[in-house]
Amino acid sequence: MVKTLERPAQKTSATGLARQRRRSAVAFLAPMVVVLVLVAFAPLARSLWLSLTDARIDNLSGQFVGLSNYVGAYGLFFTGDGWIDPRWATAVGNTLRFAVVSVSIETVLALAVALMLDTEFRGRSLVTAAVLVPWAVPTVVSAKLWDWMLQQQFGVVNLALAQLGFERIAFTTEYPMWSVVLVDVWKTTPFMALLILAALKMLPRDCYEAARVDGVHPVKVFLRVTLPLIRPALAVAVIFRLLDALRVFDVIYVLTGSTESTISMSGFVRDQMIENGDVGLGSAASTVLFVVIAACTLVYMKAARVRAGEGT
Amino acid sequence: MIYKKLWRALAAFAMIHAAGTARAAEITVACGSVGTDIEVCRKLMADWTAKTGNKVRIFLTPNSSTDQLALYRQQFGARSGEVDVLMVDVVWPGIIKEHLLDLTPYAKGVQAQHFPAIIANDTVGGKLLALPWFTDAGLLFYRQDLLDKYHEKVPATWAELSATAQRIQDAERRAGNRDLVGFVFQGKAYEGLTCNALEWIAANGGGTVVEPDGRISINNPKAAQALDMAARWPGTIAPKNVTSFAEEEARSVFQGGNAVFMRNWSYAWDLAQKDGSKIRGKVGMTALPKGEGGRNASTLGGWQLAVSKYSAHPAEAADLVLFLTSKEMQRKRALLAGSLPTWPALYSDPQMLKAAPWLARFSGVFEGATARPSTVTGAKYNAVSSAVWNATQATLSGRTKGADAVRGLEKELTKVRRGAAW
Repeated sequence: MVKTLERPAQKTSATGLARQRRRSAVAFLAPMVVVLVLVAFAPLARSLWLSLTDARIDNLSGQFVGLSNYVGAYGLFFTGDGWIDPRWATAVGNTLRFAVVSVSIETVLALAVALMLDTEFRGRSLVTAAVLVPWAVPTVVSAKLWDWMLQQQFGVVNLALAQLGFERIAFTTEYPMWSVVLVDVWKTTPFMALLILAALKMLPRDCYEAARVDGVHPVKVFLRVTLPLIRPALAVAVIFRLLDALRVFDVIYVLTGSTESTISMSGFVRDQMIENGDVGLGSAASTVLFVVIAACTLVYMKAARVRAGEGT
Repeated sequence: MIYKKLWRALAAFAMIHAAGTARAAEITVACGSVGTDIEVCRKLMADWTAKTGNKVRIFLTPNSSTDQLALYRQQFGARSGEVDVLMVDVVWPGIIKEHLLDLTPYAKGVQAQHFPAIIANDTVGGKLLALPWFTDAGLLFYRQDLLDKYHEKVPATWAELSATAQRIQDAERRAGNRDLVGFVFQGKAYEGLTCNALEWIAANGGGTVVEPDGRISINNPKAAQALDMAARWPGTIAPKNVTSFAEEEARSVFQGGNAVFMRNWSYAWDLAQKDGSKIRGKVGMTALPKGEGGRNASTLGGWQLAVSKYSAHPAEAADLVLFLTSKEMQRKRALLAGSLPTWPALYSDPQMLKAAPWLARFSGVFEGATARPSTVTGAKYNAVSSAVWNATQATLSGRTKGADAVRGLEKELTKVRRGAAW
């Protein structure tokens, strides 16, 4: 939004009109900036301050303790036994594993779903609506729903397995991370598919016409025409999902609880703040989580831009 | 002139109002929200209101005790007197000790007539922070009909329990009862697993994880042995997914007639005897087995009543606590809700036993009651407990051996302690 307002201004920076437009831009943006400061930066700053104290849930006015929530024997890093606290390391590892695996699977599946929905067939609008249903279900509800379906003794999935003569599987305890990934993929693939479908709808039809006239193989058309053209939209979809996946909490908490095999960074933050009442350490962990997410976003955006640059 | 008049009227009104509130205070009580809690609470409160003329308002809390604790701690952090009297879990007094009123001057020695183990648990730094309302302890439930069928006796040690469970499970499965398992307990990673682990370890002579003097005692061979013993159960006598069982999951298997033994709290007894229960009349209940150390250990549970330090009416609130925890009211609550009184006298009271004969089964259980190390570890108890259940689950699921688990746990607890004292 800022860019579109500035661009014409730069070309004619000498004129009074441009100055006036810039002034009005500032005036229009000011309320937004104020709101952002109040709802985003102030809590962030407070969280940062709390991470430097030994605040507890029943006594938030803790003593300043410097960086000891971050580094040192009682911090997240360089505890004396290693460079990272083992329980925090578990949470970070779980989160990264979950994010990479679930987003990769979702991207591939969503692309397939979007390509299917882009073709003409009878009842397409009905299928599109049906595909969107998982996305419309709140995460807590869908996680609990799957929890019951995967339950070993009376879950419908195990009932089916038993009917087919297979051994019953305790999904959420034997394969906790895969269960979480399964539910997440089921839930968020429609969102990705919709974003990709929107990009597909915008593609110029003449490229395909030309390819057909030249007799190019459909796979080659997909790799050389479709994929490069939807790449920017795909990048946006992936980054949205990645940010979402890095701060995952609800699906894991409902499906498996705070166990070591699946606990995420957000889960660790909640455990420290609410269960243990250690707001200082929890805030430190949430600040690190914020930095990790910010860093992932920057790296990904940089990489996406470089690749987009190569394409042109 | 007119201002003066108005001022005088206002002052008079304020005085009347102040006098009014002093005479009849309104006390806000949080007395649970699970099952029949609120209904029972209302009935008991009515007696107090009739007796003193004070009003009572019931404060609704979340179901989960962890969520309740977080809510109270947030209120205490804001120095809020919103709740005057609150229900306190047996592990809380150490955690919220700074925010509770010392009840010693109000109790006037009546605490000596409750179970001493519970009073010790509720006394932090010489202050009586809560009075016990009802109690609970880990118990062994068994299928009398199956034991009779295979001529087995009720196991006295954990080793006997493993052997008996295995024998009956194998025989029943050969006879076509495919879904039967030997033993169910609470293996999910949560507070319940800490209770179970403490029972195995303490019975085996491995201490109580953290001793009352603050020493971290978990890293010892007997504790490791106890964990290794439990680690052999999932997949043999217990279902493999017992590591996702809380109280209700264990009870649903046992009450469905699919388990020989179950470790659970006293509430399961009442439900097993209800109409429609598959195991009605086929169940026995006793203290948990002894370990190699030769003693039996049951983790102490139950709830207390306490007064918030920020209450505007501490005297009335303390009076309500004493009223509700009195022998008469505990008798009434036991009959209304099947809860276990904290007055030893009630367990041998003939009138009481006539009305609730099941109470006799509990006498003796509380002698082996072991408190979780919550009083000594204070505000850090939750971190201690989660370290214990994580280490225990790692052993149960075969990721670590007992010896490594207790060594790691010792390290983790030292870190939680932060220095020489808790």
